[in-house]
Amino acid sequence: MSADGIYPDDLKYTKEHEWLEARDNRATVGVTHYAQAELGDIVYVELPQVGSAVVAGEAFGTVESVKAVSELFAPTSGTVAEVNGALTDKPDAVNRDPYGDGWMIRITMADPKEVDGLMSASQYRKYIEDEAN
Amino acid sequence: MSGVHRYLPLSEAERAEMLRAAGFDRPEDLFASIPAHLRLQGALDVPGPMAEQDLLADLTGRAAENRVPDPRAQFLGGGAYRHYQPSIVDHLISRTEFYSSYTPYQPEISQGTLQAVFEYQTLICQLTGLDLSNASMYEGASSLAEAILMADRLAPKKRAVLSDRPHPEYAQTVRTYLAHIGVEVTTFGHRPDGTADPQAARQALAQGASALVIQHPNFFGCVEEVETLAAAAKQAGAHLVVAVTEPVSLGLLKPPGALGADIVVGEAQGLGVPLSFGGPFLGFLAARTAFMRHMPGRLVGEAKDVDGRRGYVLTLSTREQHIRREKATSNICTNEGLCALTASIFMATLGKRGMMDLARHNHAKAAYARTRLEAVKGLSFPEPAPFFNEFVVRLKGSAAEAVQRLAGKGILAGIPLSRYFRDRERDLLVCVTEMNPKAEIDRLADEIGRM
Amino acid sequence: METRNLRPAEGLLFEVSRPGRRGADLPPLDVPAEGPHHLDRRHRRDDIEGFPELSEVDVVRHYTRLSRLNYAIDLGLYPLGSCTMKYNPKINEKVARLPGFADLHPQTPEEMSQGALRLMHALERALAAICGMDRFTLQPAAGAQGEQVGILMVRAYHQDRGNPRQVVLIPDSAHGTNPASAHLAGYRVEQVASNARGCVDLEALRRRVNDDVAVLMLTNPNTLGVFEGEIEAVARVLHDKGALLYMDGANLNAFVGQARPGDMGVDVHHLNLHKTFSTPHGGGGPGAGPVGVKKILEPFLPAPVIERDGDRLRFHHDRPKSVGRIRSFHGNFGMFVRAWAFILAHGPDGLKRMSETAVLNANYLRRRLEKTWHLPYKEPSLHEVVFSDKNLEATGVRTLDVAKRLMDYGFHPPTIYFPLIVKGALMIEPTETESREELDLFVDALLAIDAEARRDPDLVKNAPHTTPIRRLDETAAARNPILRWSPDPRKS
Repeated sequence: MSADGIYPDDLKYTKEHEWLEARDNRATVGVTHYAQAELGDIVYVELPQVGSAVVAGEAFGTVESVKAVSELFAPTSGTVAEVNGALTDKPDAVNRDPYGDGWMIRITMADPKEVDGLMSASQYRKYIEDEAN
Repeated sequence: MSGVHRYLPLSEAERAEMLRAAGFDRPEDLFASIPAHLRLQGALDVPGPMAEQDLLADLTGRAAENRVPDPRAQFLGGGAYRHYQPSIVDHLISRTEFYSSYTPYQPEISQGTLQAVFEYQTLICQLTGLDLSNASMYEGASSLAEAILMADRLAPKKRAVLSDRPHPEYAQTVRTYLAHIGVEVTTFGHRPDGTADPQAARQALAQGASALVIQHPNFFGCVEEVETLAAAAKQAGAHLVVAVTEPVSLGLLKPPGALGADIVVGEAQGLGVPLSFGGPFLGFLAARTAFMRHMPGRLVGEAKDVDGRRGYVLTLSTREQHIRREKATSNICTNEGLCALTASIFMATLGKRGMMDLARHNHAKAAYARTRLEAVKGLSFPEPAPFFNEFVVRLKGSAAEAVQRLAGKGILAGIPLSRYFRDRERDLLVCVTEMNPKAEIDRLADEIGRM
Repeated sequence: METRNLRPAEGLLFEVSRPGRRGADLPPLDVPAEGPHHLDRRHRRDDIEGFPELSEVDVVRHYTRLSRLNYAIDLGLYPLGSCTMKYNPKINEKVARLPGFADLHPQTPEEMSQGALRLMHALERALAAICGMDRFTLQPAAGAQGEQVGILMVRAYHQDRGNPRQVVLIPDSAHGTNPASAHLAGYRVEQVASNARGCVDLEALRRRVNDDVAVLMLTNPNTLGVFEGEIEAVARVLHDKGALLYMDGANLNAFVGQARPGDMGVDVHHLNLHKTFSTPHGGGGPGAGPVGVKKILEPFLPAPVIERDGDRLRFHHDRPKSVGRIRSFHGNFGMFVRAWAFILAHGPDGLKRMSETAVLNANYLRRRLEKTWHLPYKEPSLHEVVFSDKNLEATGVRTLDVAKRLMDYGFHPPTIYFPLIVKGALMIEPTETESREELDLFVDALLAIDAEARRDPDLVKNAPHTTPIRRLDETAAARNPILRWSPDPRKS
């Protein structure tokens, strides 16, 4: 899998193929183009309840295709402020528009500085290229 | 010894040729990767070989060693039920395309199995009054355990409340399954009439539970107050799980789903699956739509192919062990496919009228047996609640001894409860089905009276 | 090979149902239809909504037509790795149906079921002899339940010694039921890496095993079809730290009569009667998963256990250290009859010849295919061989497409995408009941598909073309599940 998918420069990325967009102390999280391509057609997304706690590096939900299931790992710690309910009926939004309609949760961050430890777009591109080889 | 055997298609010559073609000098070389000292020197200590003729004679002799009275004079229930299997059932499941085929992972060449399972899932929903059913599980007891685990997955409270009235082997199996999963099991008691006590249930539920579990009719034959217990469960935020060991009862009794049960689970052997000394049987599991992604076992769903044709396919597989591994909803892989087909064909053959008539006949025969036994002096009935086709009769003396003596007269009168409960020496669980003619029921009552 | 006379689809039971039809008649009711013990209306249902109404002829035609949409082992090869899809002898079906067996109620008193008990006891002894174990339980209904019982016994053993321990080690090549079963026994699962040969990495194991490890679950031969040559060393590493060795016996067909798990240091293992011992797959069961143990685990066997009492056999229920029951009644007895008949038919030499032929057939396929198809692991194969789709990478044709195209050639595909340690795995196990012609036809099909993939990849990518139904939209099925028929358009 090459890195010629789209990886917006204004986002941060994790080794588990999540992206994060930070605005003040709010973070929006989803999975990257690479992730949705690897999974194939997404059939179901399991997300936490609003108000539940998430811990950096720990699973907060799952994303399923027909033949595979992957855990979703929180890029940062905090509380779930919002959940993309539209994904229940339209899980394919994750395939079509992973950074837009395919957003998954919004977190009120416990420590906005945690985000600095995540990868930039160029670092992430290199990371997935290395993974492929 | 000749290397040719009726199931091994290679002749000696072919064998030698293929060995060479595969790059080996001697047959032993095929096992060169097994360390020499592990290779068996002598022959296995097993009997045989036998030609078919001898095999048939040997096993026929073995089967004849099971000396039992005529089935028409057997009154055994207790989790397995003798019902007439229409001749087309065995005829159809004996089609090799059904019994010698594999699990339908490749839907394009398994539509026979897949459609039959889709139909089975529907029939179970219709019988139980619920929205979803899986493709089958091993048998009733382990299915109940799986149902409790499922209820706890949906509403994790780590506690289940069980009536003290289900089949003892079901209760034991539940304990084995739940022993290390961190779900606590509490038992609640029953009323003098033999049914689960809703008041006791409410008390047990007060500390919170994910499941309230009853058997209906229960092990002692009593029809439970499903609606009342459903309300108690709902009020406590728990799911009502109804276990059924005699599926033919669903041809007469109101479907538990319509009475508020969230999960109906149990044994479907009574739907035409042979008794076969206890297995293979057929676990079934039905539930409300909300449980869909938490269901254990396989699920068959409808799908369209590239040409727009309707077909069927195993779906929601990400719940299962081959994908989710230790986080799977269950470890089940091979289930009871052919038994589910057997039950489907049975249900299709009887149909709506037939299922209801069959249930009516069972109930009428049991009611008649009860009436006849009530006329015998010295007998009592410790579980007076209404029943479907099984009830307990208290004899004047030991029930186990009575069963022995009656066996000498060619009658298997029932199950002595002392088999499961040490303090119920005189109690006998009697089951009557459509297979027991009136004459045999009369003879049972007469012989018991004579003792 | 043509698609063997398969026909387009048949409507659902509920669609061919017609009000007022019935397929069975009951004898006239010979007792009163009403009376004091008859349930009153409030308990009774009025109807079974939607239940079908069909005549006997309707039912026979419906299911006969459905059956013709299925492939089956009596039609041709199923090269499914780790499934051991061998021929199901018909005499086994006959003896399982003997009324003395088929009509025997499980609550029949022991004195009247001695025939059944003797068969179970004899089967137990035969399995113990074949596997080199001390005792067997026949209770588990399938391999997965066998694994569960096995690990529960391991736990009980450790608990009896004061420390149940925490962890079950499982190789990354293992079948999914292994970790799922371990989890049910309350253990944490940790993966053990495989080495370059696809076998358990002994050094990695040695580093990991300490006294929080309860057991290692090992498949032997492993899911690559390779014998775990260091199994005795593996057992020693485990036993030195008080841990046990569990063997997944799904692949036993590879060495029945040639070697025995009990001699390899295995403490407990399951086997699958529906694999090694020929009981039919039934479209998804029933099966049976007996579990063999060494003496140290005997006290923990599920109750009841069959013991000799003078000239009688009895069920012994009083087993204080037993892990308990895993199901109702005694096990899948109908499958015991079939497996026992299978053993009798073969005898000791026949069983040995069985595994020898299974391994020969697999190696024959390997030799004929390995120049064309990529063989990721070059270790000697026993009863199965794993290829991958690597050689087809440039064509865009994947293992899934190859599997679908094989159906047009009249074959069921091999096991695909398993084991997980091989990308695009094609796991092929012919078993011993295949003729040379069938194997050659299978080889020819795979060679032809390789050529098609290079010449006309779309032909393969859009396969199958000739089956009654073509590729199904599994994504849509999973996104909007319809899991039952409903009379109205609303989906469940």
